[in-house]
Amino acid sequence: MIEETLIPKIGVVTDIRKDTPDVKTFRVVGTDGKKLFKHMPGQCAMVSIPGVGECMFSITSSPTNEEYMEFSIKKCGCVTEVIHALEVGQQITVRGPYGKNFPVEEDFKGKDLLFIAGGIGLAPLRSVINYVRHYRSNYGKVVIVYGARSKDDLVDIDEIQNEWVNEPNTDVYLTIDRPQEGWDGHVGFVPSYVKELGLDPNMTAVLCGPPIMIKFTLQGLLELGFDKSRIFTTLELRMKCGVGKCGRCNVGDKFVCKDGPVFRMTELDELPDEY
Amino acid sequence: MLKISKSNLNALYAKINETMGLFIPIKKAGEVNYAVWGEGKEVSLETLKTVKSPKNMFFPQTENMMKFKTEGKNIEIIDVRDEKRPFVLFGVKACDYKAIEVLDKVFLADPVDTYYKARRDATTIVTLACSKPEESCFCKVFDIDATGAYGDVTVWMDEENLYWQANTEKGEALTATVRELFAEGGEAEVAAQQSATKAIIDQLPFSNLDLSKFKPENLNELFDAAEWEEMSEACLGCGTCTFVCPTCQCFDIRDFKTHEGVIRYRCWDSCMYSDFTLMAHGNSRTTQMQRFRQRFMHKIVYYPSQNDGLYSCVGCGRCVNKCPQNLNIVKVIKKLGGKAND
Repeated sequence: MIEETLIPKIGVVTDIRKDTPDVKTFRVVGTDGKKLFKHMPGQCAMVSIPGVGECMFSITSSPTNEEYMEFSIKKCGCVTEVIHALEVGQQITVRGPYGKNFPVEEDFKGKDLLFIAGGIGLAPLRSVINYVRHYRSNYGKVVIVYGARSKDDLVDIDEIQNEWVNEPNTDVYLTIDRPQEGWDGHVGFVPSYVKELGLDPNMTAVLCGPPIMIKFTLQGLLELGFDKSRIFTTLELRMKCGVGKCGRCNVGDKFVCKDGPVFRMTELDELPDEY
Repeated sequence: MLKISKSNLNALYAKINETMGLFIPIKKAGEVNYAVWGEGKEVSLETLKTVKSPKNMFFPQTENMMKFKTEGKNIEIIDVRDEKRPFVLFGVKACDYKAIEVLDKVFLADPVDTYYKARRDATTIVTLACSKPEESCFCKVFDIDATGAYGDVTVWMDEENLYWQANTEKGEALTATVRELFAEGGEAEVAAQQSATKAIIDQLPFSNLDLSKFKPENLNELFDAAEWEEMSEACLGCGTCTFVCPTCQCFDIRDFKTHEGVIRYRCWDSCMYSDFTLMAHGNSRTTQMQRFRQRFMHKIVYYPSQNDGLYSCVGCGRCVNKCPQNLNIVKVIKKLGGKAND
């Protein structure tokens, strides 16, 4: 049978977790109860509610999870609003995986890794972080810096506080934008926190978050002496097909769906500034 | 080479139609476009440019892709495609044929677009050599020979006859089904017409545009050119250029609720529209200048960069004729292409 890239598979929502006031994580399996397809960290999938629309989301769960996939989705548009109203047992459609993954095998192996995320930007990074945890001995030191508007906006805080902080050779730094009752951790924006932490510039950095956070964090990393070729991030543009044909996510001679969403900073430098 | 008297063309159409569908330029309500042939239809092979290019034979302006039936929490996906009847696309000009090759590189690239491929596989293309190119034509700029043999079969026409030459196996197969209507001959007439047409093409005002500046290594310099502001100032964002363009392939996928379930369809879209790149969290191209720039940069810089230097413009000149503001790719090439275009 010919692989039909635009015809989706049916997925069943088996669990819904409310992470923050506007982020929910959806666990999805196929109608046979098995995982829909294999993927690599950083890859995306098209999720759709027939009659409402189809959108691209990063696959939040690690590829090493062989039972199901998870999508952490922020409510911010007409499709995500309907997705947030879903109930367990509801069927949706899913197709993918799309895009280039983080080079966890080809490049990250043996390296010290710095993960920097802001808000819902943790979604794609959670996939890489958990992949690295699974094959922990293949990687060096891991540093995670994660920030959100408030403590209530930190996605997946249970996994972070109960599992990630206890990993060997792993440092986790959390921060929120403004002081808040019940929060005794760091307060401040991610970019300035990153500079304060005085991180080792020989680490491979992976950034994901709102464009403004990426911009200032990148500046900070460069000031600390990080090399642009050792910094990775992801782009997000509107997509319809996921396979470089519909034309929407075109930036320069690249399509974000096919050539991205993961880009090395040196690759981004060569692209016109239109993303 | 084979020939048939023009007075006998209806017999040729009818013969083709016995075994395959026939799409051919047909005049309807004052416009000529590719449509299904039938007795009594007004075929117009003399029309140089159909309003719409033949791209919609493979990439229709709208097409239903699938249907969803929902019951309670369950969804069923129904494939709504039917088997494609083989058909002949007759009368395609060299520029429009080369445009199909541009589309092939998008839709047939891995992963293959099976909707497009099914139509492409079902088609035998008969190209028609140009004999009366006009001043908005500039296919020569893209090394396209308007009199050349492209497609599965090529035909040439003069006042008396239509001359027929099969170029591929598919073309030979089609020829076998209509061979009885033809006589041998025509080489001299075709050669004479080809040189006469080429002489006209050499004189056309846009035949000598210089594209040497439009190279991947100049991508950022061209992108940052100050001239985009001025060039795009009058653009209305109507998208006419993208709809008449034989190589524009951007599309949208949308859902439509019906009484029998949800239909998911694909339709042409345009990078000239403000919501083309609009997302919940923002828009990467907020001004018409950016959208205008995107269209032309894609045609003459981005696409060639991805496809071994092949330009995604074939010089058909439809945008030159149809833009309500008289903006077009020729002006862009002249403005940004350096001194050779003055």
